[in-house]
Amino acid sequence: MTEPVLETRGLVKSFGALRATDGVTLDLRRGEIHAVIGPNGAGKSTLIKQICGNIAPDAGQVRLLGRDVTQWSTMARARAGLARSFQISALAMEDTVLQNALLGALGASGSPYRFLRPALGRRHLRDRAMAALDRMGLADLAATRVATLSHGQRRQLEVAVALTLAPRAFLMDEPMAGLGSEGSLALTRVLDGLRAEAPILLVEHDMDAVFALADRISVLVYGRIIATGTVAEIRANPEVREAYLGEAP
Amino acid sequence: MTPLLIVEQVLNGLQSGIMLFLMAAGLTLIFGVMGLINLAHGSLFMVGAFAAAATAAATGSFLLGLGAALVAAACAGALVERLVIRRLYDRDHLDQVLATFALILIFSEGTRWIFGSFPLYLDIPPALSGPVTLPGGIQYPLYRLFLIGVGLVLAGALFWLIGRTRLGIRIRAGENDREMIAALGVDIARLYTLVFALGAALAGLAGALVGAIQSVQVGMGEPVLILAFVVIVIGGIGSITGALVGALLVGLTDTLGGIFLPRLFALVMDPAAATQTGAALSSMAIYMLMAAVLVWRPTGLFGART
Amino acid sequence: MTRETLLNALVLLALGLLPVWAHLSDEPFTITLATRAAILALAAVGLNIALGLGGLVSLGHALFFGIGGYAMGILASHAQDYTPIYDGAFTVPGTKSMPVIWLVAVAASAMAALLIGLLALRTAGVYFIMITLAFGQMAFFFAISWNAYGGEDGLSIYVRNSFPGLNTLVPIQFFGLCFGLLCLILLASHLLARSPFGLALNAARQSPDRVMAVGLDPKRLQLVAFVLSGAVTGLAGALFADLNRFVSPTMFSWQTSGEIMVFLILGGVARLCGPVIGAAVFVLLEHWLGGLSEFWHIWLGLLLLAVVLFARGGLVGLIAGRARAHD
Repeated sequence: MTEPVLETRGLVKSFGALRATDGVTLDLRRGEIHAVIGPNGAGKSTLIKQICGNIAPDAGQVRLLGRDVTQWSTMARARAGLARSFQISALAMEDTVLQNALLGALGASGSPYRFLRPALGRRHLRDRAMAALDRMGLADLAATRVATLSHGQRRQLEVAVALTLAPRAFLMDEPMAGLGSEGSLALTRVLDGLRAEAPILLVEHDMDAVFALADRISVLVYGRIIATGTVAEIRANPEVREAYLGEAP
Repeated sequence: MTPLLIVEQVLNGLQSGIMLFLMAAGLTLIFGVMGLINLAHGSLFMVGAFAAAATAAATGSFLLGLGAALVAAACAGALVERLVIRRLYDRDHLDQVLATFALILIFSEGTRWIFGSFPLYLDIPPALSGPVTLPGGIQYPLYRLFLIGVGLVLAGALFWLIGRTRLGIRIRAGENDREMIAALGVDIARLYTLVFALGAALAGLAGALVGAIQSVQVGMGEPVLILAFVVIVIGGIGSITGALVGALLVGLTDTLGGIFLPRLFALVMDPAAATQTGAALSSMAIYMLMAAVLVWRPTGLFGART
Repeated sequence: MTRETLLNALVLLALGLLPVWAHLSDEPFTITLATRAAILALAAVGLNIALGLGGLVSLGHALFFGIGGYAMGILASHAQDYTPIYDGAFTVPGTKSMPVIWLVAVAASAMAALLIGLLALRTAGVYFIMITLAFGQMAFFFAISWNAYGGEDGLSIYVRNSFPGLNTLVPIQFFGLCFGLLCLILLASHLLARSPFGLALNAARQSPDRVMAVGLDPKRLQLVAFVLSGAVTGLAGALFADLNRFVSPTMFSWQTSGEIMVFLILGGVARLCGPVIGAAVFVLLEHWLGGLSEFWHIWLGLLLLAVVLFARGGLVGLIAGRARAHD
């Protein structure tokens, strides 16, 4: 068995009396989309923050490509190949679409301390940024300011910036949120093709997308994973139906 | 170095610390509730001092002077809040800094225009002048003791106001969630004006009280303002307790540093060089304290930790 | 050519040519005013790197301005007294050479910016403002109590320092030197804004989370910007001291910090020539209004208030419209 690309082992994080994550163990394997679903308040965003390094767990480990990265900063994890997209777009709103994508390429290049030659004049950065925009269908909007983009276009740009990093694993925080059905469908197609490049840990509310995409699903309730399995297994799991879908067993 | 000197300096430190608290409490309250950084808070300190000096000179009554300081600073605060400050609540900190810097220019030059460039003097009332003998035979100015007493009473009243009254509950609610208190039917605009005027009144009163032991002049407010910022950085933004602890720490460090650092250096240097180095370093002591707190706890001793 | 580019060209042309005209018609005071405007503009160009690009609201830039000034004052006063600065295992003499003074001014203010930046960047927002203001005040009090270099009275330098190949005592030549430096550093800051570093810094101001998510450290970007910013303002301080042939603790005062920021806001934050226009307007107002009324700061205050409340984007914003994204 090959080692998982991304892995959490027994992550615990409490805020006062509340255990936001209570021993979460997950793994993301090569070539898969692993969806994490759960009702609001299940601890999904706390889990994401621990995986990305925004908050430190009280106990447990985060492992990336076989290395224990629990003590690493957000930046170090990103450089090691973990790319994330944000639930609420965290883009440079005053800048253009291309500039945002260039930032990703710059991060991937690891050398932002160049002071005189224009960023746009750097062929390899620009090519990398444009390639990512092209894949997300944003190439025509390269010179547009992010502030004037539609909600859906910003979501696409979120994914495009993650693409520029050529990551080893994606962590996507509700990429479908606020997209119309058409937008969801288009993004679903893109993510579908992406898993061959790097596996995706997909935290998502949109069940249609999850059932269409996921190789495996984990269900998070009150900070605990109550089930992990294929779509069919999860659909059939009575505990999940009770806890998550609100059905009596 | 005698124990008497130490006691005296500790009292001096307490006195300047507690006056600093009156400034810092208003600043931290205004920041906590409205999210506003107000550079013009020092101008309100000055307004209080001038109002007190002018009124006391005209009426001969120190008490009337203090009353005038309270009223003048509170009115100036309320007026400024209505005219300018309220437009700044949803602006970024840069706009707030600039607009309140502009207010400093207007207040300072306006005061110079009205009162001229020469300092005014506010006399300590006869009943409070002269030294008293403390237990242990220490002679200490009565007025400074009075300042410590008044400051402590005001601090107590402020803690009571914030912690125990309806207004205090609203203020604390405002710090947490603006929309919530609006939903509860509290008139936010009035609450903000009130909080600002309260902060202004505290600053004005501090200006009047301190005005009697230093000269009352244009520009007297800003050094105190900057010290109050140091207090807030040390204590933590938005915390009244932090403001009190920070103010006392800064007051004590400042006075004790000025006395003891030169003596400390005299142990290892020749006297002239020690005086020189000690004086230079003691002027920096409170900033060193601030730097140390920043290294140890970046959001201040009592600030919210993220 | 956009309106802003045109405006930039016109402003620099006007500032460059006015002293030439004054020189020809023998009005040295006008040259001094223009030199003052150029130097203050340079100080604000420095602040613009931290504030405009980096979003760091520093209210302590007087510290770097003062360090530059005192670097000049200390080196030149030792040179004019023929006393060494340090005389021990080796000897460090004073100097009257501008290039050496500039180098010392830049290095010293960059070092100070590094130390203060390391501390102040542990926090953000309003803490940053208060901390930079406080450190500025610390330097002010230190300068006052530093009797070896004039204490409260400051230091006078009798003869302007020298620059190879120029006679710096001739006003127009000294102006040319200051203006040349201003143009050079404007060009550098123009390139900086478009460079990879500028791109990353700009993003760190708008969305630090994003910058971290692509593997870059926003605090480190901001620290580098703060150091560059402090160094440029320090250089301006050295020139300012040379213009007045005098340094005093006033250079460190919080008013100086406020004024440097005012230049920037009058002109327009994050606009290339915003600081130049702001400083020029300030010097003109100071000259004209100061002649009309002793209390001209009231009018300055009202003008500033009006700009902040009603004309965000400053004068450049009024004339050339909102900032566009860099292409």
